[in-house]
Amino acid sequence: MSVPGNLLYTEEHEWVLVEEGTVLVGITDHAQGELGDIVDVQLFEVGVEFQKGQSIGTIDAVKATADLYAPVSGVIQEVNSDLPDGPDTLNQDPYGRGWIYRIRLTDPAEIDELMSPEDYEEHIDI
Amino acid sequence: MPELIFEKSRPGAGSFTMATGGQDFGGLAPRCPSTLLREKAPALPELPEGEVVRHYVGLSTLNHHVDKDFYPLGSCTMKYNPKINDALALLPGFTALHPEQPEAEAQGALRLLVELGEGLCEVSGMDAVTLQPVAGAHGELTALFMIRAYHEARGHARRKVVIPDSAHGTNPASITMAGYEVVQVKSAPDGCMDLEALKAVLDEDTAAFMITNPNTVGIFERHIVEIIQLVHEAGALCYMDGANLNALLGIVRPGDLGFDIMHINLHKTFSVPHGGGGPGAGPLVVKERMAPYLPGPLPVRKGDAFGWQDAHPQSIGQVHAYFGNFGALVRAHAYLRRLGAQGLRRVAENAIINANYVRAALQDIYRLGFAGTPLHEVVFSAANQKKLGFKASHIAKRLLDFGMHAPTTYFPLIVPEALMVEPTETENRATLDRFIAAMRQIHQECVEGNPLLESAPNLTPVRKLDDVRAVKQPRLRWRPEAAGDASHTA
Repeated sequence: MSVPGNLLYTEEHEWVLVEEGTVLVGITDHAQGELGDIVDVQLFEVGVEFQKGQSIGTIDAVKATADLYAPVSGVIQEVNSDLPDGPDTLNQDPYGRGWIYRIRLTDPAEIDELMSPEDYEEHIDI
Repeated sequence: MPELIFEKSRPGAGSFTMATGGQDFGGLAPRCPSTLLREKAPALPELPEGEVVRHYVGLSTLNHHVDKDFYPLGSCTMKYNPKINDALALLPGFTALHPEQPEAEAQGALRLLVELGEGLCEVSGMDAVTLQPVAGAHGELTALFMIRAYHEARGHARRKVVIPDSAHGTNPASITMAGYEVVQVKSAPDGCMDLEALKAVLDEDTAAFMITNPNTVGIFERHIVEIIQLVHEAGALCYMDGANLNALLGIVRPGDLGFDIMHINLHKTFSVPHGGGGPGAGPLVVKERMAPYLPGPLPVRKGDAFGWQDAHPQSIGQVHAYFGNFGALVRAHAYLRRLGAQGLRRVAENAIINANYVRAALQDIYRLGFAGTPLHEVVFSAANQKKLGFKASHIAKRLLDFGMHAPTTYFPLIVPEALMVEPTETENRATLDRFIAAMRQIHQECVEGNPLLESAPNLTPVRKLDDVRAVKQPRLRWRPEAAGDASHTA
């Protein structure tokens, strides 16, 4: 399972790439592997505001349906519009073409609460 | 795959005749509204009787069922269904009865309903019962409507229902359908309820707490009395999901623990045949304070005889046409009466012994979901095998090659790569040993990287399914106009 060193992580298996004032969010390689073949995603629209920990989307896989939890509080600035027609991108390239949201942070201090790559590796060692 | 009976059909080969449009139906037609009368015969398949029999016997040999071999599907209690239950349910005094029959002509059936209800109350330690719900989830939904009525009668409807994160999926679904908000509490590291986490969410807006006991990892909630006390102190009601009642029969009565309301899956615990969707039965047993809200009418004793009593004015109303799945109730009653109190206790004891026999024989190679001694089912994690490159789904599918049904996989959600095994009390040691040997061989295959694991199931009538296509392009029904066309979907 790949855990890139330039990202931050959550217990619920989302990754966060910190940019200038915004973050890019997706699900980890581990998450897509656990879910199996992903067949559908339901995402929110640009402009939706949410708090950290809220469900900001649903991922349907053949084995289970999983919520996507907000890793930080913010406003959705951009949605990966390729995903609804190609949800299997989440399986094939979870850290690249499978990015899900670009989020404008409302509480940048929450970045400090995310997990380091080392901590996340430990977290997924079942 | 064999042809469907519709595809086998040949015009004129049928062995029955049917009245068609324009006929009188024995004088009934003039009294039916014309919108309800058929104008042409239904498109039923046409085959001689012998071919019909062979068709269905053939299908039954392709299917897996508990009469064929071991069926350790955790949480489903796939025990042997005694055939005497079927024989009794087919007595003409039951099968020829009409639901509108006058009480005086249906005394036997009414007596059966009354005595079954009394038996279920005695087994569960409850005061009153409805036999109407026809599935566990139907019982849950009925109970939640009753819980709403209870709180509304006290002037405060309340909004939330609390469940543990190990709950059966039907629990949050029923809660949502009943219009409540689901509040999920994380389990403690031992797989049981976390008392502090529960305390943190209980408040004056909590309508009820729903829990399965033993819980979905098969472990008895040690703090259950304290949990129920906390819920009651918050003014909320305690609901027990009775899916795992097989572990408690004759040993623990949920009513004595303090539960207010519980459904009983007669098709699990009380040996009514199931699988493939029923017909099931999910009666609700309740404490006295919940009795006014029960659906009606209720079968009752009237002196030395039996009859119907209208629902209480506070009743939530009827939840099923007539009186539930009567045939299922007859089977459950036959099972209950033949076993008696002592027999029921032996059911639970042997179910617990069988599950722990399997646990002890496999826990050196399959990691336990949670440490400790479970009751009637054991949850393994295929975490060790996953490190070898094979998941719980590989193991489950490979097991089919041994002629046995797979355990429940990927549930409960709190155990990674879960394999949930419930042998039930009706399997003997030889069968359990055969299962254990198969599971050990499959582990060995994981170690060796045997290609049979990737291609499994290798010996079933239908081989490995394309899961993604099954989700995206399901063929749910046959349509005459598109016969033979694989592209149509429902």
